[in-house]
Amino acid sequence: MLDFSTLLPALPVLWEGVQMTVLLSISALTLGLIIGTIMCTARLSNSTPLRILTKLYVSFFRGVPLLVQLMLSYYCLPLIGINTPALPTAIVCVGLCSSAYITEILRGGFQSLSPGQKESAIMVGLNRLQIVAFIELPQVIRLTIPALINEAIILVKASSLISVIGIVELTRVTQNLAASNFQPFEFYLTAALVYFILNSTISVLGLWVERRINSRSIV
Amino acid sequence: MNKQTQDSPIVEVQKMSKNFGTTQVLKNVDLKVQPSEVMCLIGPSGSGKSTLLRCIAFLEQYSSGNIYIEGEMLGYNDDTDIRKLTSTNELNHVRRNMGMVFQQFNLWPHMTALGNVTEALVRVKKLSRREADEKGHAILKKVGLAERALHYPAQLSGGQQQRVAIARSLAMEPSVMLFDEPTSALDPELVGEVLQVMKDLAKDGMTMIVVTHEMGFAAQVADTVVFLDQGEILMKGSPKEIFQGEKPPRLEQFLKNYMDRNAFWE
Repeated sequence: MLDFSTLLPALPVLWEGVQMTVLLSISALTLGLIIGTIMCTARLSNSTPLRILTKLYVSFFRGVPLLVQLMLSYYCLPLIGINTPALPTAIVCVGLCSSAYITEILRGGFQSLSPGQKESAIMVGLNRLQIVAFIELPQVIRLTIPALINEAIILVKASSLISVIGIVELTRVTQNLAASNFQPFEFYLTAALVYFILNSTISVLGLWVERRINSRSIV
Repeated sequence: MNKQTQDSPIVEVQKMSKNFGTTQVLKNVDLKVQPSEVMCLIGPSGSGKSTLLRCIAFLEQYSSGNIYIEGEMLGYNDDTDIRKLTSTNELNHVRRNMGMVFQQFNLWPHMTALGNVTEALVRVKKLSRREADEKGHAILKKVGLAERALHYPAQLSGGQQQRVAIARSLAMEPSVMLFDEPTSALDPELVGEVLQVMKDLAKDGMTMIVVTHEMGFAAQVADTVVFLDQGEILMKGSPKEIFQGEKPPRLEQFLKNYMDRNAFWE
């Protein structure tokens, strides 16, 4: 039979793990969105070197497993003299990996807009920055919100991988508790439930945002 | 530029050519458009008339020759030996009095009709939201869409969308307006309302360059009709000269095709 009586004393530790997972996910997602937007702008620019560079960037971070990226940066970079403390390394790795996907999501959004919209904006005198900010981005966000929510959920789950570089987040805490109490079932079930709740929150939030944006205009 | 007499054209195109790769799509085009003149560009598809218009808007770079807008060189710095593109700021400065209306309307779907009209008033002319809205409503009323100000483009008919696009352009108070086949994407039933707005504009003295397949409009409204074929101006003249006078065989053929296509009764 399952026995959840050991769960109560473990709650404070578990809570710390949840906080670490949330902190890491939010930081990495923010980083990913910022870098993804910059990369996407570079990817769609007229400069050939920039386009090639971003293509390489995307194919590297999309093509190498996050776990391997983490190992490389945490265990191998120090060997060549680059010091990589665990938490910043984790945030940067997850963030960069996610930015590669976000670049491509946003690119799809920008490219689905008709080029004519930009031409009419140019002809009334809007500058490049204004066109991106007021004409393109509002539409791109609306178009890509489902995909971006997807990406956020994948990121939260991927954050469990950073347990391998010793950061005590939800998965790592659960491992420790399960091992010391000899109760894997109870603790992993709890972890599963917590991840599920976190991600459901994101998806509900996403639907709410989507509805809010769509109610203000019709496409 | 306030020295606009009959002698200083708003748009002047001199020996302009345009290549796409190795194919020359415009050859040695010369044009002058005077203030309040309505010029219609006609010709078969692929003749280069839309490309010519897009070059005048510098949405396409022309390869050689010059284009002057109100006396200022468009798109290139001409004072050096080697021609260089101007900065975006300079380009926008030369284009500031030019409006353009497109075949596909190119409205911004996430904004209402009013939003489409007022966006540049707020961002470019730096009007307050209230001033811009006031002006926007007035201009929408002028094109007969006072009741539709808060509708989104998807809620409007093609003809209404094109009129919003005209209003958006008008809001910036251009001294010349370019129309790129403004009625070609419309149901035949809706062409009239857009042409009517354009006729009103012409009557108010707006300088217009119109790429069109509407020969009736060209005959009634244009001061000058230009016939293009294979990137060259074959004939330029008043509607009377073009439609009734002596003309090159290619134009004869073009007009005959047009008549045949539109005839439905012997």
